[in-house]
Amino acid sequence: MSELQILVNGLVLGSLYACMAVGFSLVWGVLNVINMLHGSFIVLGAYISFFLYRHAGVHPFISVPIAAAALFALGYALQRGAINRVVARPVLTTLTLTFGLDMLAYNLMILAFSATPVRIILDLGRVEAAGVVVPVDRLAAMLLALLLTAVLYAVMRGSKIGRAIVAVRMDRDAATLMGIRVERIYATTFALGALMAGAAGAMLALIFPISPTMSGQYLGKVFIVCVLGGLGNVPGALAGGFVLGLVEAFAGVYLGPQNAMTMGYLLMLLLLLVRPTGLMGRKGYE
Amino acid sequence: MRTRYVLLAVGVAVLVLLPAYGGNYLVRFGTFLCMYAALALGWNVIGGVTGYPSFATAAFFGAGAYAGALLQVAHTPMPLAWAGAVVFVAAASAVVGIMILRLRGHYFAVGSIALVEVARLVASSWSDLTGGGMGLNVPILPGGPEYAGMVFLYSMFAVAAAAFAAGLWIEHGKLGFALRCIQQNEDAADMVGVNTTACKIAAFVLSAVFAGATGAVYASWTAYLDPSDAFSILLTLKVPVMAMLGGAGTVLGPIVGVVVFQAMEELLWSNFLEMHHAILGLMIVGLIFFLPGGLLSLGAHRRRAPARATSREVPAE
Amino acid sequence: MSKAPLLRVSGLEKSFGGVRAVRQVSFEVGRGEIVGLIGPNGAGKTTLVNLITGVVRPDGGRILFDGADVTTQRPFQAARRGLARTFQIVQPFPQMTVLENVAAGALFAGKATSRREAERVAAEQIAFVGLQPFADAPAVSLTLPNRKRLEFAKSLAMGPRLLMLDEVNAGLNSAELDNALDLIRRIAARGITIILIEHLMKVVLGLSTRIMVLHHGELIRAGAPRDVIADPRVVEAYLGQKFAKRYGRLADA
Repeated sequence: MSELQILVNGLVLGSLYACMAVGFSLVWGVLNVINMLHGSFIVLGAYISFFLYRHAGVHPFISVPIAAAALFALGYALQRGAINRVVARPVLTTLTLTFGLDMLAYNLMILAFSATPVRIILDLGRVEAAGVVVPVDRLAAMLLALLLTAVLYAVMRGSKIGRAIVAVRMDRDAATLMGIRVERIYATTFALGALMAGAAGAMLALIFPISPTMSGQYLGKVFIVCVLGGLGNVPGALAGGFVLGLVEAFAGVYLGPQNAMTMGYLLMLLLLLVRPTGLMGRKGYE
Repeated sequence: MRTRYVLLAVGVAVLVLLPAYGGNYLVRFGTFLCMYAALALGWNVIGGVTGYPSFATAAFFGAGAYAGALLQVAHTPMPLAWAGAVVFVAAASAVVGIMILRLRGHYFAVGSIALVEVARLVASSWSDLTGGGMGLNVPILPGGPEYAGMVFLYSMFAVAAAAFAAGLWIEHGKLGFALRCIQQNEDAADMVGVNTTACKIAAFVLSAVFAGATGAVYASWTAYLDPSDAFSILLTLKVPVMAMLGGAGTVLGPIVGVVVFQAMEELLWSNFLEMHHAILGLMIVGLIFFLPGGLLSLGAHRRRAPARATSREVPAE
Repeated sequence: MSKAPLLRVSGLEKSFGGVRAVRQVSFEVGRGEIVGLIGPNGAGKTTLVNLITGVVRPDGGRILFDGADVTTQRPFQAARRGLARTFQIVQPFPQMTVLENVAAGALFAGKATSRREAERVAAEQIAFVGLQPFADAPAVSLTLPNRKRLEFAKSLAMGPRLLMLDEVNAGLNSAELDNALDLIRRIAARGITIILIEHLMKVVLGLSTRIMVLHHGELIRAGAPRDVIADPRVVEAYLGQKFAKRYGRLADA
């Protein structure tokens, strides 16, 4: 495989990883909650896309907004019903709670979908240029992932709700004084995080086999991206996503696919030692 | 307070006499009780007393299990293999501790989870050594299942007893006082002369050593290891949950939590095997919502308020 | 007792992201002195204390404490050497009792070798600052003036030779202030050297044997209180004309 091909593969993976991670990063940054459910959100989004395709023939790209909307609703309800009760508590409490909820989600998904992997096979052909081959579905997923991430960026920067989220992240108490209803912002933020996970999952269904057992793996990748890129900002998640995508692509070729994920984790641990706030860690969500 | 220790003594007596009157099933149950008690008491040192949200239990449990198993495969006598495993885990956790204890709060938690993942990935991919996903067979203890059951019950019991002794020593000693200061306010602890780095590493290593010893005994007991069993994400979550169920940061809390948790598991879950994760999840939700201080905080003779949820943590930047 | 100064700082330098918070600061503090450190907000006073107690590491320069080079020490080492400090924002162990808070100082930085002995030392210091009624109360339940007393008791239990008081009097009303002044005098009477960081000139002039003025990270003047406040540079940088006259009278009084 040519170096250029590996590079392109890494970039395709990276944009998907960025899209997967950006919601998690937002929730961590704003609510100060590590959402262990994020991997299951991704998988759930993937299954929504899969079932819509299989039973209703809905094209996976059309499913992306549907999965996103469904996860938004689920996220909003979960935050209001459960997460919000512990949002001010120490990390041991919040993390254990989302960890427990993830166990529940995992179990229910196994019962509902079984552990056997499924996938959508949709041959859209491939694009070839300068000796680099990219399947069209992957290319489309990459562009869609980047588009979604860009939309989130625009929402954060431009919309009223986005600015309110940024304000809460920077100073919760001041935001309260300014009349922002923090509880609602928390719920919206959590729901947005779930939305991005659902959308990313719906796109993943097109590229990778999906199974409830993969939620842990995706969650791991999301961790890595967030630590690499720093918390709570879109450019950081993009940078982190691309770094992880490239590392996995190159490590997969040169060190063997079984070591690709390990390299990601090692990179993350290494970075935590050098810069405990990530590559682009800074205050404010932009 | 005294009643609690009397109850504990009775429990210990029942446990020690198990092989004399209980069948294999009870001996096995007792061994699991001791195993989780040792793990929860160990976790409590770093997670409860020091207040560092560690989810690394399975990393050291698995490291101890593999170290012990590999030594036994290389014809080391079982007790020596266990000792070797403990030494290995102590050294490994000291190195890892120096690195990740510089992190705080959320980053520490994520780092500790990553340790488990990395360990599992390494064990899976280094198949020349560990057998990878195919697993690793450990020599079976000769002497028949009943004899073996007794040996492993008492071995696990010894590890749990040592962990309990360490917990008592910490509670009443200088180290424990320092760790509690760190739990309350790490910067202030530094300012009053606590060598926070050294104390945290000591707590982390102590906690890891009990997980490692437990893992080594477990490997010999089950005589088979594979990466997802040794570095189980379920174990890494269960152990802190057990400690919190009884009362994190207290001496007896982890034991109470383990007994209640294991009893529930045996009575309820064994009937719903395919719902194992779901019930654990629901239990966690119930624990966090309705029992934030653990079972011991319900008692009237509470020694001190559970030191938790004092203030919103400063977002890690 | 040796004649050498207790604390000698030379050429101390610290920047934060390109801003030179402390520039080439050199000074000495003799045994038994009460030195007032004044300067406008952001002059680098707290950074200077942080440098001396090892909270931040200097970019350049040297710190000698009792003849030993302590430039790269960590805070716990400073505490054990007898360099104690209080914080602008008080830093207790919130869920521990007042007694436990103070005992921590005695055990980890002071001479106490057991928890029992530490609690005995702690009880003495709690009595000294007048907190006995609250000895078994959790620190978080104390009022602001009492939390400041707790800080004093904790620092004293550490058996300090140099005590740095970083705006201990901020936020106190005038009755509380008089109590605090009295307390500082009694601490000094024990032979503990004090560096007093203060905005309240009444306090500085009432206690200090010498005053140092920090401005934009530079030590622009050090000397006897009345010389310092008469210095035009100090007047311009910090006091202002009107106040200089009033403080001049205070210093004479």
